Amino acid sequence: MSLDTFRRETREWLAQNCPPGMRKPSRGEPDICWGGRNWQFHSEDQKIWLERMAARGWTVPMWPKEYGGGGLSREEEKILREEMRAIGARSPLESFGIWMLGPALLQFGSEAQKKEHLPKIARGEIRWCQGYSEPGAGSDLASLQTKAEDKGDHFNVNGQKIWTSYADKADWIFCLVRTDPSAPKHKGISFVLFDMTTPGVSTKPILLISGKSPFCETFFDNVKVPKENLVGTLNDGWTIAKYLLTHERASIGSGLSLAGMRSLPAEAIKAFGRDTNGRLDNPFVREEVIRAEIDGRALLATIERYKAEAKAGQGVGAKSAILKYAGTELNKRRYEAFMTIGGSDALEWESARSDEGTLAREWLRTKANSIEGGTSEIMLGIVAKRILNLPET
Amino acid sequence: MIALDEDRIMLRDSAREFLADKSPVSELRRLRDTKDKDGFSRDLWRGMKDMGWTGILIDEANGGSDFGHVGMALVCEEMGRTLSASPFLSTAVMAATAIRRGGSEEQKKKWLPAISDAKAIIALAVDEGRKHSPEKTALKAEMSGNAFKLNGEKSFVIDGHVADAIIVAARTEGEPGDKNGISLFLVDAKAPGISIERIISVDSRNNARIKFENVNAVDALGETGKGFGLLENALNAGRAGVSAELLGVAGESFDRTVAFLKERKQFGKPIGAFQALQHRAAHLFGEIELLRSLVLSACVTLDKSPDAAGSAVSAAKYKACEVGKLAVSEAVQMFGGMGMTDEVDIGLFMKRARVTQELLGDAYFHADRYAQSQKF
Repeated sequence: MSLDTFRRETREWLAQNCPPGMRKPSRGEPDICWGGRNWQFHSEDQKIWLERMAARGWTVPMWPKEYGGGGLSREEEKILREEMRAIGARSPLESFGIWMLGPALLQFGSEAQKKEHLPKIARGEIRWCQGYSEPGAGSDLASLQTKAEDKGDHFNVNGQKIWTSYADKADWIFCLVRTDPSAPKHKGISFVLFDMTTPGVSTKPILLISGKSPFCETFFDNVKVPKENLVGTLNDGWTIAKYLLTHERASIGSGLSLAGMRSLPAEAIKAFGRDTNGRLDNPFVREEVIRAEIDGRALLATIERYKAEAKAGQGVGAKSAILKYAGTELNKRRYEAFMTIGGSDALEWESARSDEGTLAREWLRTKANSIEGGTSEIMLGIVAKRILNLPET
Repeated sequence: MIALDEDRIMLRDSAREFLADKSPVSELRRLRDTKDKDGFSRDLWRGMKDMGWTGILIDEANGGSDFGHVGMALVCEEMGRTLSASPFLSTAVMAATAIRRGGSEEQKKKWLPAISDAKAIIALAVDEGRKHSPEKTALKAEMSGNAFKLNGEKSFVIDGHVADAIIVAARTEGEPGDKNGISLFLVDAKAPGISIERIISVDSRNNARIKFENVNAVDALGETGKGFGLLENALNAGRAGVSAELLGVAGESFDRTVAFLKERKQFGKPIGAFQALQHRAAHLFGEIELLRSLVLSACVTLDKSPDAAGSAVSAAKYKACEVGKLAVSEAVQMFGGMGMTDEVDIGLFMKRARVTQELLGDAYFHADRYAQSQKF
């Protein structure tokens, strides 16, 4: 099918199938469909939209059809995104399965694992969480201590994870565990999958400064994990972990910059008005805002450039660390500016006027951007070592 | 956005090779120390003609190679890496753009092949005060008989002292500050009434202060009174070129600094093993990457829709000024005492960065212009 035909047919299909309620601007978190066994749809429209998109494999447009994907080429996927944007269509489904586990399984999983897990991710039936960090293993992730002992047909898992996003709402976990305590720290780690309802798994939400609890502590007390749930090679889980971290960094960097739901210039004009020449009536704020705007443009252009270079075979994987670093630091700057521009309105925490302190809570949430998925300092370390080849500290 | 294709990678690599051979940084030192009367090498300029660079923005019918703005920027970046002095920016970028976009058939036939052939150097005279501000053009052009008479002063005219001809931005109507009423004239640099003072600037390169006293101007470029758009076309091409040059200056100082961090030992280890320096170097690398994307994006826009390229160009020049300044400051600091010496090249990069930051609008000018383009 030619791309023009594909575009025309996609446009027609979207026009007929995207329910009106799914064409309103998303408010972010409260409007996201995460799916999963216990998912309560926010509306009938949200449910229909997920079902229709999943039936075409368009929740994961570029995954192969046999695993529930749409089998689209990169060009077709771009057209789908463009046509969805043109009518303001929301994403039908978001999940760690789509962003993280799916790409890892496609790369490292066995055929049986792909057949078992990928279609359920695509249809939004199973919601996944990621078990990486531990209380003693943050930036130094490879020093993780959660133990998985070989018991013949299964592993016996004991230990604790922390900062597990939505562990209390997830159905399954992909988890890094230590399978060889005597090996050097990077060499004794394995990547396993298990059901969160397995006896011995418990979770405890962590209350954050934003007043929300997207993260949990997760405890494993003699959890039985079947051997077939090992992904890739035993003791070589770090390879998958690194692949996923690179992936995660690229998506955090680009995800943030694209989440341009609020416009800094528009908010600033509301707050300060214009001078007689039509400029913002506060030169200092104007400069701050415009610097952030240009840096946002630079970040977007860099994401696009890296994509084009990757496609042309000129890509450098470690550069995702730059996107993660620049994207998260910029996001923090932008939210500091939003808070200044918002003035005392932005300080409201419990009021209908502020939608229960949405801006203030988002502002606080951005402070985690440069910590999660590898801190800014870790990113700079990666650039220094892997790209600049500077000597070991 | 694009990745560089094979042709462009070849252009960049051949530029790198050519400049490393014909015009390494030591060549700038030679021009400086021998007080060269031109401030650049005419042999080098002819060599650039053989490479196809003089006609890089000129159509093939007029003898050009027509590589476009992306190609132009790749060459400028490499020139930034070697601090190569030549009339490339004034003549092959800005004058060529002004004449190609605004010239009559006769003017094109006269000048474009001459530029392509490295037989004419043409300077663009815009600035008057100490800061770049094209709409504040005040130099007067008044009709007298069948010619305009030019009266006023221009400053920071790149290559003004070696120009065969000068494109002068003049005011035929309105007041300084009005975009309307600006006209461009092509005048012979030796015309009566023109006096040119060569200025050797901090980077050992040249510009000129030029006085115009009752200078006859008959050769208007484009429509009189409506020259601002055309002037902007030429300036935007130049600004993209300067941004690319700053990218090269930043990139080369950075590469030299990283090499120094690996080599210089203190406390028994290479100073590049210290995290305090590693993180600053890594941050700077990220900034240079961001700048590269903006320069490329500005040039892609200039190739596709030059009349709508103002905001992309200003974003690039703004960032180029900021990143260029950071790169050379960090370089001198990390080179330590050696960075302060004339013997080590790094200071030459700092000097060139200072001039290119100012050239065709500094960071503040372009931040403001970017804001205006967003109605902000």
